[in-house]
Amino acid sequence: MNEIIEYRKPPVATTGILGWLRANLFSNWVNSIISLFVLYILIQFIPWILNWTIFAADFKYNFNGEEIIDRTMCSRVLDPENGGACWAIIYVRFYQFMYGFYPREEVWRVNLSYIMLAVAVVPLLFDDFPFRKHFLKFTYAFPIIAFFLLNGGLGLQEVSTNKWGGLLVTLVLGCTGIALAFPLGIILALGRRSNLPVISMMCTLFIEFIRGVPLITLLFFGMVMLPLFLPEGINMDGLARVLVAVTLFQSAYMAEVIRGGLQAIPQGQYEAARSIGLSYWQMNMKIVLPQAIRISIPSIVNTSIGLFKDTTLVIIVGLLDLLGIGRGALADTTWLGLAYEVYFFVALVFFIFTFAMSRYSLYLEKKLKTGINMGAD
Amino acid sequence: MRSNLSFFSDEKFRSIFFQTLVIGIFALGIYLIVQTTGHNLEKRNIATGWRFLSDPAGFDISFSPFIDFKSTDTHLDVYFVGIFNTLLVSFCGCIAATILGFLIGIVRLSSNWLLSRVAYVYVEFTRNVPLLLQIILWYSILIQLPRIKQALELMDMFFISNRGIYSPRPIFENGFSFVFIAFILALISSFILRKWSKKRQDETGKQFPVALTALGLLIIVPLVLFFILGSPLSFDFPALKGFNFKGGMVIRPEFIAMFLALTIYTAAFISETVRSGILSVTKGQREASSSLGLKKSWIMRLVIIPQALRVIIPPLTSQYLNLTKNSSLGIAVGYADLVHGFGGISLNQTGQAIECMVIVMATYLTISLIISAFMNIYNKSIQFKEK
Repeated sequence: MNEIIEYRKPPVATTGILGWLRANLFSNWVNSIISLFVLYILIQFIPWILNWTIFAADFKYNFNGEEIIDRTMCSRVLDPENGGACWAIIYVRFYQFMYGFYPREEVWRVNLSYIMLAVAVVPLLFDDFPFRKHFLKFTYAFPIIAFFLLNGGLGLQEVSTNKWGGLLVTLVLGCTGIALAFPLGIILALGRRSNLPVISMMCTLFIEFIRGVPLITLLFFGMVMLPLFLPEGINMDGLARVLVAVTLFQSAYMAEVIRGGLQAIPQGQYEAARSIGLSYWQMNMKIVLPQAIRISIPSIVNTSIGLFKDTTLVIIVGLLDLLGIGRGALADTTWLGLAYEVYFFVALVFFIFTFAMSRYSLYLEKKLKTGINMGAD
Repeated sequence: MRSNLSFFSDEKFRSIFFQTLVIGIFALGIYLIVQTTGHNLEKRNIATGWRFLSDPAGFDISFSPFIDFKSTDTHLDVYFVGIFNTLLVSFCGCIAATILGFLIGIVRLSSNWLLSRVAYVYVEFTRNVPLLLQIILWYSILIQLPRIKQALELMDMFFISNRGIYSPRPIFENGFSFVFIAFILALISSFILRKWSKKRQDETGKQFPVALTALGLLIIVPLVLFFILGSPLSFDFPALKGFNFKGGMVIRPEFIAMFLALTIYTAAFISETVRSGILSVTKGQREASSSLGLKKSWIMRLVIIPQALRVIIPPLTSQYLNLTKNSSLGIAVGYADLVHGFGGISLNQTGQAIECMVIVMATYLTISLIISAFMNIYNKSIQFKEK
């Protein structure tokens, strides 16, 4: 007689949490030792860092319940054994970290620009955003609005750029650098691939020169040499001079990325566009560039991350961005010795921005992989 | 009118016309800049020229290993110390970042979930925080080390303090050059041995223990010679005298901070290129070599790595270039590299902004070109050789 064997569950050690542990952490004895070792270090390290940053840290008040106004009141100064981070320095100087020395009665203008920046950027990033077309009109108008809003004019009180600082300067440099470098980069990339030898050579020389020298030398160039090049009567302020350097720098990197996108467009696209009688500019604007830019967006975002991090270099030529404000706070004798708190905070702010950008670039890459198909050839 | 129009639609004419136009505008721009710059310089009483290079610098440089720099030396000497310091930190950084980067790239692909997660967290955290911030952070950690008086001791030879790490300095006596020459000869013969054994293996299939023999050659030959010549090497130990250490040699915290930050930052990027390089080798290659019966370590060394390298080398080159350019951030912690020493202090003292910046930029361009040239040669040597 045939008998149906009763259904048995798979061995316990191959499924569920136990199976996962065995496959991923304890697959053989080498792996087991490594896992235990790493686990041991993490158990030592993670509670310590959590304790330092959160549980034993002061935010506004120290462990006696007093409001902290200078370093001697920090728990970690009063009780070095148990005290954690003293975030009071961030709390007290938060205004400076966000706006620099922008006048307090005018700060609504900065806040409004921050909000408008979000409204301008988000529809740009996601192409299934509702009413995207109308929002994009606002995106194009935003730089002009933001300029008058932040700088003054048109009835608003003027706030000179040497009062700007903190996150405001970081964002202005990052966003303006990227926004101006984008069209410049396209022109340079087209120029480098041009059939006209003079134009192609000049663009190549420019791109390779900029990519061959460090950004800091370009910032020095902007700070020290640019005033010598300009005729009398034209004075650019520090922020504008740095912006020139940052834009030139970024446009060379942007050009190379876009050139990569242009090279990926099959020759048939060019030939087809030519054969229906489009001119050079019509072909590029209507056929080639839309496709090339679309495939190079992830790399554009990646170079933009690089630029965003590189904006910290402006502290070397004396501008006070987020890091510059942090160093200024540390130079203040009332807050001496709280370097780790300040650097941790600045690093966290940068991390939030850059990590979000890199996630976005990954999201785009995934979307592009499944989204478009680059023709037959 | 009509003939004029057709003349302009002629492609050849148009191309020449536009190019001449561009050259004209460019030349006009250069002319205007030169004019205004000359005028501005005159107004500020700045004389152009290269004569300042032979003027005494008048300042000290705290870190100039191998070059003895005094404040009476010229600005040209500052330039050479600067180049040397830039190259030193870039070279050390490139090597350390490559080792660390390869290690982390491989660890990220490890089958051990915990280990690969830790590597992932490392990469994300170091990549997404500005390098300048990391340099300053390392520097602020290093200068919180104990003072010279309370320096940490390691085996009575190394002293770690907030002024740097003091270590014994080797003194090469007469005859040490022979040991060095012997080492170079051993190195050359190891390369020849490798080539010969590879040829023999290709022809006859017989293997030769190259690695072991080379190791023996490299260690034993110089060592034997060293003892025959009567150990021509002694050490100068650092010793605390008064407020400072005398003797020995010192690695300054500025250098250590630069080195650590550049290495850790660049290693994160290198690990990503290594990871994508290894992933680019198709699964079939691994399966095919497994089915041939190769050991796991052989599969990696003989099949995966050689193919992955072809993908890894071009981005690795640009990482080396980035590291070298990023070494210019030494100015933030006072590391006397090209930008800080020559482009910073010398520029401020002499006021010769244009000359200093031109020299600094030209030097970086040259270094970049040399690095890419070398890496291109290496890249060519490992690409597919189609037969």
